Parts: sequence; structure tokens; C-alpha cells
Amino acid sequence: MTSHPSLPYRPQGTVYGTLLNFQREAALWATRMTEPPYQGAPQAPVLYIKTANTFSPHGAAIALPASVDEVDVGASIGLVIGFYKENRHLAPVERAQAAINSIAVGVVGCVLMNDLSIPHASYYRPPVKYKNLDGFLGVGPRCVPLADLGGLAGVGALQLQVRINGELRQTIDLRTLVRDAATLLADVNDFMTLQPGDVLMPGTDCLDDGTRPRARAGDRIDISAPGFETLVKTLVKEAA
Amino acid sequence: MNSKTIARHARVAWAGAIHEAIESDGQLLLTRSPHAGRRVAFDEVVWLPPLAPVPQARTILALGLNYADHAKELAFKAPDEPLVFVKGEASLIGHRAFTTRPAGVQFMHYECELAVVIGKTAKKVKRDDAYDFIAGYTVANDYAIRDYLENWYRPNLRVKNRDTCTPLGPWLVDAASVPNPMNLALQTTVNGHITQSGHTRDMIFDVPFLIEYFSSFMTLQPGDLILTGTPDGVVDCQPGDVVVTQIEGLGALTNTLLGPA
Repeated sequence: MTSHPSLPYRPQGTVYGTLLNFQREAALWATRMTEPPYQGAPQAPVLYIKTANTFSPHGAAIALPASVDEVDVGASIGLVIGFYKENRHLAPVERAQAAINSIAVGVVGCVLMNDLSIPHASYYRPPVKYKNLDGFLGVGPRCVPLADLGGLAGVGALQLQVRINGELRQTIDLRTLVRDAATLLADVNDFMTLQPGDVLMPGTDCLDDGTRPRARAGDRIDISAPGFETLVKTLVKEAA
Repeated sequence: MNSKTIARHARVAWAGAIHEAIESDGQLLLTRSPHAGRRVAFDEVVWLPPLAPVPQARTILALGLNYADHAKELAFKAPDEPLVFVKGEASLIGHRAFTTRPAGVQFMHYECELAVVIGKTAKKVKRDDAYDFIAGYTVANDYAIRDYLENWYRPNLRVKNRDTCTPLGPWLVDAASVPNPMNLALQTTVNGHITQSGHTRDMIFDVPFLIEYFSSFMTLQPGDLILTGTPDGVVDCQPGDVVVTQIEGLGALTNTLLGPA
């Protein structure tokens, strides 16, 4: 969570993204998954990391290098990990103990994210040169407390909308995740402990034809969802 | 201090707090208040990764298949472009620590790697200037559990971003003390037996190339790491094995494997 309510949210820890976690894209990839080089559908969650140089706050422009004409828009939510007090119904004796032990680590809020990529066809090798360019993660503007969204259940029913230059280009339904937030968190925590400050994006969806909305220099990308202030990013050409 | 002296920096826990120290006559000399000037023995401390905290998530880039012999060992053709993956800071542990080997895996191996620590903001750096942007060097052991490899964003984070699986240290050695990082011998021993030997001159993409390549599209910050790959000779290790990865001039990083709790 941001340390000051009026400053835009900025991730404090590591930001993780998840590949192929929407049913639409998983279905489109079903045949290709069995072919080389993949040789089978992924068994464990497939993750990537958006490094700190990618963070770009709400309102700031994102500069596209001269070599990049178009980018894929990856609208997502980020599940923000932090400390919280467990909110279980407890008998009086347990309450005393819980007051000492009740600080837990888990999802404390959600933030809108615009996970940009240079378009790429292969999911074989880590997508660092496509996804980790400076500014390629729009973030914000606020981390909304989980309780305000109806908990993980409420988050799981969210719909995001992507508009480019005011035109609706994509609606994303979090009910169509392959692994829902709770399952994804459990499967990820199996091998790597998510730390307070870390953010986990459950995934980005594709369009019905398997592509993602494309944007170019000069475009304005709005990502909105109920309960959130809209995340606005504009793309500009990098100064020569 | 003589600027030509090899300066080896450590970060350690001792007496209930975390301290910065330098090596001095076979001991740790604490450098900051409230214990500045105090000497402690190597055995008296818990060794942490020798990295000062940074204000935002540290970028850790790691290279796969960056030594021609290792590529052959794994039956791959050497790549035309660096094969890079990203690790999170949570996988880092220090010298003399413990790495967990999960139950039921067949092939978990160490990887002795030269780790470069960035010293100043690096954006669009040319290879001839690359060394100006390096704070120093340390040893990394980028353990991998091959059983968990999948052909999706490979090597995947389940293999390469595991809790406890990236020992780093013991020292951050100042760049000025390492005039030629491309001329260092690497060696790993398991329970005292040499199992891996290599040399940084055999890197496919050298340190200056890597800094130019990454900084061409990613701005790197002080404290960011580049783990530059491992040579031939990776071997499966079992719980109880003591694995020492060492690099000429940088020290020996000791690690012990534990079975599951």
C-alpha cells in the first residue's frame, strides 16, 4: 500500500505476472501447447517479473523506443501483498492469543496495471526484451483495500475495460481465470514466498482472435474497473 | 585506506542487528556506528547477501547458456542473443547458509557464477564505458532443480526463483580491485571434491557486452545484479552436501543442502 494517501501507488516489492491464465487464451493455445518447443501444457503457474524500471505511474507518458511501432496492451489487476490482521470469529481465550499472533501476510489490496509488451509470438523463452523495457508497466493510481472490493471473491468477479483513444477495445472478466486468485496464490507460495510489498498479476487476456489490443505513439490507454479510479497512460515516441 | 587495497565488503547480522563490514586481517571490521571499528570473527556472524538495501525492487538478471561448454553439456546450441531470465530478491541467501532440496527430485545442481553489481544508473551504456558502471563483483550459486523445468518462459521461476536457492557472497569486492573480470578462474567443490572448473574468458557474452545489451532497453540502477552464467560441470547434490562455489580473487561461497523440513 502507498505510504501516503495522496501519492500515487508505486510497487514496493517485486511485481510478478502470470502467463496463459485466462480460459480464452488457454483454449486458443490448446493445440500449439502439445507441439515443439512446448511439448505439453504447463503444469505449474508460468510467471514472469516486471522489473522496477518498468514502473510508470498513472498519468505519466510512456516513451516508446524508435524501434517499437506498436505494443500489446495487457490490462490486469495487481494483487498487493502486505500485512493484515486476520479477521476470524474467535472465542475470548483465543482472541487474546490471536492479538499476538494475528498478523498475517496476504493480499491487502488491488491496483490496476497496464502490462505492455512488444508483440511476440513465442512463449518459450523469458520475455525480457519484450516486456521489461523502461516504463512498460502502467500502475495505479491507487491501491484499493481488499475489503472495499468484497474480498478475493469480489476481486474474482471484477470486469476490466480497456479503451484506446476513448474507444472500448476489450472487456476482461476475472471469472474466466484458469487459476483464480486464491488457487494461484497457493500454487505460487508452494515454491516462492510472496513478501509484503510484492504484487502478483493473475494474468492478461487476449481478444477472440488471440491478439491483444495494440497501441502506438500518440495513443491514450484507459483501464477501468468498478471501485477503481481509471488508470490512464499515454504513449509517446522516445526523444531522439 | 590505500585505494589499491582489495576492498571486500560484507553485510552481516551480529549482536541483534545488521552491520556493514570489510575484511581486515582475516576478521570482519565493522564500519558503521554504533560498532564502527569493532572486529568480529567470521564464525561469530550470520552472513547476509553483501548488498546494501535499495529503495525499489532490485533487478536481478541471470544468463543461461553463457559458457559454450555448458551449452554443449545441456545439449543446446549456443545462443545468438543472450538468454536472460529475471529473478526476485527473495531467492537470495548469504554465505554459510542452507538451501532446501525438495523431496522426490532427481536433479538439483549448483551453478557457480560471476555476479556483477551495478554501481551507477546505467542507460544506453556503450561497452567501452561498461566498467565505469560497475560497483563490484561477488560469487553467486544459482541452484536449479531440473525436474521442475517446463518449456514456458524457460527457465521458469519455479526452477530459478525458489526460496533459499540463490546463495550470494561472501564479499562484494570493489570493481577497482578486479581490473579484469574476464580473466578469473571459477571452481566448485562438493564435500571437498572439485566437480566444476571454468574460466570467465569462456563466457559467450562478456561483461561489457551484457551491460551494453541490457542498458540499451532497460535502465539499470545501483545494486542491480547480473549473474553471468555457469561453465561446464554441474552435478546433482544431495541433502547434507557442502557446496563451495569460488571465483579467483572474490572468495569462496559455502552452502549446505538440507532436505525438506
